[in-house]
Amino acid sequence: MSNSIDLAFQKAKKENRPALLTYTVAGDSSKNQSLIILNAISKYADILELGVPHNTPVADGSQIQTSAYRAIKNGIKMEDIFWIVKKYNKNKNSKPIILMGYYNMIFQYGERKFLEKCKKVGVSGLIVVDLPWPENKSFTKKCKKKSIYLIQLLSPTTSKERLNKIIKDSHAMNYFISMLSTTGGKLKVSSRKIMSNYLKIKKINPKKNVVIGFGITEKSIESLKKADGLVVGSAICKEISVSIQKRQNPVTNVANLVKKLKNKIL
Amino acid sequence: MKLKKGIPLIDQGNRFGFWGGKFGGNFVPETLKKPIEDLEILFNKLKKDKKFIAERDRYFKNWIGTPTRFIKLENLTQHIGGAQIWSKVVSDANGGAHKIYNATVHCLLAKRSGKKIICGDTGAGYAGKMLSMAAKKFGLKCKIFMGAKDIERQQPNVKAIKKNGAEVIPVYSGSQTLVDAVSECMRFWVANCDTTAMCVGSTVGPAVFVRICGWSTSQISRELKVQLIEEFGSIPKKLKLYNCVGGGSSSFGFWNEFMDYDKKQCEFIGVEAGGPAKSKRHAAPLTYGSKIGILHGAAQYVNQNSEGQIEETESISAGLDYPGISPLHCFLKDTKRARYTAASDEEALNAYRLVTRYEKLRPSLEPSHAFSVAIKEAKKMSKNTIVVVNSCGDAYKDKKILVKRLGKKYV
Repeated sequence: MSNSIDLAFQKAKKENRPALLTYTVAGDSSKNQSLIILNAISKYADILELGVPHNTPVADGSQIQTSAYRAIKNGIKMEDIFWIVKKYNKNKNSKPIILMGYYNMIFQYGERKFLEKCKKVGVSGLIVVDLPWPENKSFTKKCKKKSIYLIQLLSPTTSKERLNKIIKDSHAMNYFISMLSTTGGKLKVSSRKIMSNYLKIKKINPKKNVVIGFGITEKSIESLKKADGLVVGSAICKEISVSIQKRQNPVTNVANLVKKLKNKIL
Repeated sequence: MKLKKGIPLIDQGNRFGFWGGKFGGNFVPETLKKPIEDLEILFNKLKKDKKFIAERDRYFKNWIGTPTRFIKLENLTQHIGGAQIWSKVVSDANGGAHKIYNATVHCLLAKRSGKKIICGDTGAGYAGKMLSMAAKKFGLKCKIFMGAKDIERQQPNVKAIKKNGAEVIPVYSGSQTLVDAVSECMRFWVANCDTTAMCVGSTVGPAVFVRICGWSTSQISRELKVQLIEEFGSIPKKLKLYNCVGGGSSSFGFWNEFMDYDKKQCEFIGVEAGGPAKSKRHAAPLTYGSKIGILHGAAQYVNQNSEGQIEETESISAGLDYPGISPLHCFLKDTKRARYTAASDEEALNAYRLVTRYEKLRPSLEPSHAFSVAIKEAKKMSKNTIVVVNSCGDAYKDKKILVKRLGKKYV
């Protein structure tokens, strides 16, 4: 299967840099504003992760929780999220979209219906935080049938044997969690250590793209630029929160931040 | 969906940890897969290890104090005029509630695995209090996550936790109750699973936590079985076991040893929290037909909206104020082995008033829910029916609420 995600990585490789992946929460702080933010950062980012807000997130730190609660409070619904993606994909400059969230949201929507809808509006990939391998085997196959990547998460606690098995069953992109942390934690291990773990994973199947996420900020992004891709999430969510607090425009501030991040890895 | 006989219910899940093929499981972030697998291996080994069981029993006996009393509530029985009403006074246990069994076992496991810190969640504060007691006893550092709203309404237990040297971490997200405390505790574990053990305070969470908790609280029914035989010569022909159900740890422990009896002989009645009389925000997913969803790593019946967002609950008893329910109870409901119903805040308060008027027993607001239904139903039962209510907590922690709702003379 081919997928626009592959093209995004190819383009970045041609430019001799890692792909830049951003994470924002759908509906933060409103349906329209999150769409405008996606449009504004498209110029700099290569792949956009869009969080499906959930109110009992077991892996998210305070920044993403704040964004998610804000979105839920403002009434964001699954249908709105699909609407955002559909509208966004009309943008000529649009980048591949990955929906990221917790399994209950998919389970309640219905796996099949959810995937059909994803296909229809143009979702390229999915990350389901609490549906790990091997529990996700059947869902992975269903995604494949729709040419949607199910992105597997790999963690510093994942054993070698497990890494091999997960990567074997995975689609063309995987996500390495840099450290033991919820999202947005302070980077508590050295970049060198993260890169050495990353390379071990990369060696298992060099053809599959591996991105690194969790704890990546303006400060740390440069030191990890040898990776296929880097994800920045909490730092962006924080920028939205701070902008709202200061009564500034989150759209410009977030766009500026993503531009800066991009410049660091060029 | 069927219960198997001769196999402990905690071991009836499939290889992915699902009971009845659909309740439970391990819906956890990848980071937790390894620590959960490690804990599973350790627990599966130790629960067959005679030395470990002897160690557990020694602590249960000498430190927790077993057996807890099994008493007839003579005056209440006479007043009601139906079935014989008895109580298993689990609040006799060291610390004042059943949560001590699970806390002790988790600390024993943490010691074996070489972890130096243990974290846990708490609603009513009992799980936190007991974990802090056990952690102190076994020389572990302890962190307790508790919703800010619960900290406010369960002060006596908060003080006890702090006195035991544990750190209380207030949780301000969401409804600021148990559901958020469990989420925050799991998040803490995600970030610290290399050094820290986690104790989930009830028969909820990823499958191994459901199993460990159920295995621990089963002490209650082990004792009760012996006590029933001592009292009646055999297990009574008509036995009804009433227990409140929040996450479901005390009820599961109260019923486990009687699982294989025919339900006509030995009936299980679980009483959920119906919330304030006119409120729709109950904490009774089994009684009011909630849909299956995923909460804290396990598939279960859970209060949620049509989108899959978990709904806030409302109950006078912090210990029952939880939108989900143990996968074990979902399984017991669907196999019809247990029957579930709910009592409102007001009904629980009335039951508390009645029990304390007639007996020298002060059940906390959680078991007061069970007493409410037991009293109502016992009226219509024959004199040879034995009703047993698990008084799994003491009302000391509810002082503030009781003074406010019933006045000083009831405290």
